[in-house]
Parts: sequence; structure tokens; C-alpha cells
Amino acid sequence: MTNDAQTWRAWLTSERPASRRQARLGRAYAAWSRFADNRLAMAGLFIILALLLVAAFADVIAPYSAVTDGDLRTARLLPPSAAHWFGTDDQGRDIFARLVHGSRITLFVVILVAVIAAPVGLLIGTVAGYAGGWIDAVLMRITDIFLAFPRLVLALAFVAALGPGIVNAVIAIAITSWPPYARMARAETLTLRHADYISAVRLMGASPARIIARHIMPLCVSSVIVRVTLDMAGIILTAAGLGFLGLGAQPPSPEWGAMIASGRRFVLDQWWVAAAPGVAIFVVSLGFNLLGDGLRDALDPKAAGQ
Amino acid sequence: MALAGSATAGGRRRARLRSTAMAIARFLVVVALTYLGLLAVTFFIGRVIPVDPVLAIVGDRAPSHVVERVREELGLNLPLYQQFVIYVGKALTGDFGISVLTSNPVMTDIRRVFPATLELATLGTLIGAFLGVPLGVLAAVRRGSFLDQVVRVIGLVGYSVPIFWLGLMALLVFYARLGWVEGPGRIDVVYEYTVTPVTGILLLDTAMQGEWEAFRNVFGHLILPASLLGYFSMAYISRMTRSFMLTELGQEYVVAARAKGLSERTIIWRHALRNALVPLVTVIALSYANLLEGSVLTETVFSWPGLGLYITDSLQNADMNAVLGGTIVVGSVFIGLNLLSDLLYRVLDPRTRAR
Repeated sequence: MTNDAQTWRAWLTSERPASRRQARLGRAYAAWSRFADNRLAMAGLFIILALLLVAAFADVIAPYSAVTDGDLRTARLLPPSAAHWFGTDDQGRDIFARLVHGSRITLFVVILVAVIAAPVGLLIGTVAGYAGGWIDAVLMRITDIFLAFPRLVLALAFVAALGPGIVNAVIAIAITSWPPYARMARAETLTLRHADYISAVRLMGASPARIIARHIMPLCVSSVIVRVTLDMAGIILTAAGLGFLGLGAQPPSPEWGAMIASGRRFVLDQWWVAAAPGVAIFVVSLGFNLLGDGLRDALDPKAAGQ
Repeated sequence: MALAGSATAGGRRRARLRSTAMAIARFLVVVALTYLGLLAVTFFIGRVIPVDPVLAIVGDRAPSHVVERVREELGLNLPLYQQFVIYVGKALTGDFGISVLTSNPVMTDIRRVFPATLELATLGTLIGAFLGVPLGVLAAVRRGSFLDQVVRVIGLVGYSVPIFWLGLMALLVFYARLGWVEGPGRIDVVYEYTVTPVTGILLLDTAMQGEWEAFRNVFGHLILPASLLGYFSMAYISRMTRSFMLTELGQEYVVAARAKGLSERTIIWRHALRNALVPLVTVIALSYANLLEGSVLTETVFSWPGLGLYITDSLQNADMNAVLGGTIVVGSVFIGLNLLSDLLYRVLDPRTRAR
């Protein structure tokens, strides 16, 4: 058994990979072992995996319903106990159950923003970098304009116009979060643009669209992924802020920011109503930050230690 | 070299002057374009996204002649580009329309509330810079030490914790339980009329008029939200300082200074920090801009009557003129600070001047 493992490792860390697959797996293994050595990064990974599991099995984990009111005479604002781990809120709902279900909303927001903003930034950045000239100038000026904006205030204004709601909040956050990705992708494209292999592909008659999509974008993806992971905490905090201001998910939806807002009214006496969702936001954001830091160090050893 | 220098000194000076003029011209074009972009976005938000802005104002039960009149009053019967030109013209003169909520011109409202935000954000940035820079320097010097870990944790928490929640918890602990600070708001009602507003910055107003009791009260109200903002600013500034200092301490001039026999203290604080200060100025300016924005949530929690609370209050009441006016003002300050930091960088770093 140990022998087997050793052979595997030797195959993965081989200096002379025999096939492309072996080289690729070997590189992934090297990145993974760098990542696994970083205890904080592993803690981050653990938190995010736990979040995924909780969101997937929310119905099984949560002991009560997240949205139906409890007994308003006896179950309101109960302190934490064995029956209600984090107490109950003003509608007699179990806070732990609401937090568990709220993880789905958090994941929904984070994933949707990443899926919208990252490709947009990637596309704009690579096109600007590869095309150069006036296309580059125009696209980068637009990017700079968005970068110069206060993100939260702009998102607020967008939500104000679109109307409150979780989907509109996602759109507003996505609109304000693509510019850094465009900047990064452009910078990377500029370094790749004059590489020999790009000239070779061009000589073979590849169209600019094909060069960008097949030969430049794939190389920009890893740094964009790292940046997206690092930004996820910011996305969660912005979404929670919008929820806190009543512009995100609407009641009775168990969105964490909105839960803090409703707990605010009794924070002086029943502090746990507002405290618990804040801790949840903090833990998840921390997880994404640790994971992002670890990914950056593992994928880009140059930037490590900064 | 001296000879060649004297022969073409005039020409070179003229060339340098011309390149400086070009740089300034380019700079102004960038400012104008960015500002125009800001206005285009707010115009888009206010006029294009709502299906019918008139309906949003008069409601769906208004008779048709009222709808027509309002449409003409708002200039909405004109083509979109003409509307935009008018919009830009008005915004440049500070005319953002009338606030539905207060029925004052939005600009008058903003002028009234802005000093409160300025006071909060300025004190926050001062706290952040005065704590963050030394902490960052020490963390870089003693890399891997306990202090370095502390700075790391401060940064991680600052990047992960929701500011409004931390504010709420801070109020609970320091105001409600311990009673160390004053509660929400800027000043107690009893002191409200003891000072006549001059600068609008209450800390200055009370001090100038010698109302020390009121000054203490104002300070008690200010210190908690300012510390909160200061914490977030410190998290950012200390992390960046550490990174800049690590870069500087690895440079050869540090080795040379050590070889010369300079004390570690001189090397760190006089030589390395001085070079790190150049990018740091940018960081501090950016963190100031971020605090102006971060104050939106903080002001809501602390009922602080500043621009942030004005924007969120207007939001709750669907007062779009006020929201967009506030957005433009925050955006302008943001753009201004961004460009100022850019300019300062150029002035402070001789290497960027040569070209």
C-alpha cells in the first residue's frame, strides 16, 4: 500500500513527464501540496466545504422551518437553549434553522456574481489587451470609470432604480465588480500578445476571436479565479449590507444581512438575534479570504509572502 | 557633461515644460471623462432604467394631462441625448433637483449633512493611519513574530467582518453595557443649540466657541463610530505598509546603509519608511475614499446624520433625486481623491517625473 503511494508520488513529481497528462497532473499535485502545507488555507477550504454541505443538506440539518412563524405567545425571542441552539427571533422562528437555510442565499449570490462578473471582465480585458489601439483605449476608459466609483454606493443606486430584491442586488453587485478582472486580464494579455506561440497560431490562420478564446483566455483564467475567490468575501459583505438596508432579499427570506437588520431592534436585550447572523457572515467571509490567500500562494509562488 | 548641459539647458527646460503641460492636459481630460462617465451612469440609473420616470413621480392614478405636464416639465419629451446634455449642465452647477422627502434642493441638503460625514471619515482615517503605519512597519521588520501574526489577524478580520454588525455589537458593549461612550447620534439634544454652526464640524465648532462640556459630549458620540471606521482603515493600511516595507527592506540601499554602520532604527524609520511612504500616500487617500463610502452603513447603525444616512433614508422613501445627487457627490469625492493620490504619487516619486 505504502509502496503503491510512493510510486504514485514518484510518477507525479517526475522531472521528465512522459505524457502531457502526467505533466498536467504533476503540476496540479505540486500546487496542491503547496496549498496543503498552508494550515490557514486548509482551514479556509474546510469552512467553504462545510458551507457547501450545509447549503446542500439544509432541509436535513435544520431542525425547524426557516420561514414559518413559531408560536408567537411562547416561542418569541427565546435565549439560546438545547431546543433552540441560537435562540429564536421576534417571529418565534429558530435562528439556527434560518442561518442554515440562509447559507443557500449566500452561495446563490456569490456564485451568480462570480458567474456574471468574471467572464465579462475576462472578455473585456482580453479583447482590449489583444486588440490594442482605440478599442483598448475605449474599453479601458470605461473600466477606469467603473473602478473610480464607490462600489457600495453605486450598487445602492442601481438597486434603488431596479427595485429591492435578491436578483437585483446580484445584478447591481455584478455591475460594480467586473472592472478589476478586466484590468488583470488585460495586463496578462499584454504579456502574452507577442509570445512566439501566438505568432505561430496567427501564421496558421487563426482568427483574432479564436486566438483570444482558445489561446489567451485559458492562460488568464487561473489568476482571475484567485482574484474572484479573494473578492468573494467582499461580495458577501456587500450583499449583506444591501440586505441590512432592506434592499436585498425581502422578508421572510432568511438572508443574513436582513436578519441582522431585524435583530437590530432588540439588540440591547435580545442580542443573540443580531449576533448570530453576523458571526455566520464573518466565518464564511473569513473562509473565502483564507482560501483565496492560500490559492494565490499555491498558484503564484512569486506573490507569496506579500 | 557640464558643457553639454549648459548648451541645451534652455531647450531642455522648454521640453520639460512642454511635457509637464501635456501631462496636466492629459490629466484634465481624464478627470473630465471620468466625471462624464459618472454622470452618464447616474443618468442611466435615473432616467433609463425606470420604465417611466413620470409614472414614478405622479403615480399611476394621475390624470393624463398631469402626466403630460410633468413629462414636459422634466424635459422627458426631448430626445435622450438632449436630456443628457441638460442633465450634465445642471449637475455641473450643482443642481440635482428637489428632494421629495425634505422639499429642499438636494444640494442644500447635502451641504448640510456633508460635514458630519467628513468629520467621521477624517477622524477614522487619522486613527487608521497613525496606528496602521507603525504596526505595518513593525510587522515587516519582525517578520514571522507574534506582532506580525497580530497584524495579519487584524487584516483578516477587517476584510471579513460586516462593518454594520461590528458597529451594532460595539454599541451594545461600549454604550449599553459598559457606558463608556455616548449612544447613537452626533450630539445630545440638550447641547443641540449651545453652538452656532460655523464649519459644521462639531468638534471644531464647540472647541472654537469654548463650549467644553458640549465638546466632551460630541467627542463621546464621535469616538465609537470613528474608531470603528479607523479599525477598517488600519486593517488595510497596516497590511499595505507591511508589504511596501518588505519590498524596501530587501533593496540594496538598505544593505549599503547597514554596511555604513547606520543604526537599525535610522535605516528603518529614516530610509526604508521614507521610500515606502510614496505608495503609502496613495493607500491612505484610497482608504479615506473607502471610509466615505463605508460610512453609508456605519451612519445607518449609529444614526449619524451624514451623507450616508441621507442616501439610505432617501432610498427607503424612493427619493431618487436625493439618492442620485448623493451618489454623484460621493462619486466626485472618490474620483477627486483617486486623482489626487495619482498626482501626489507623481510629485513625491522623482522617478515618475523624469519622463
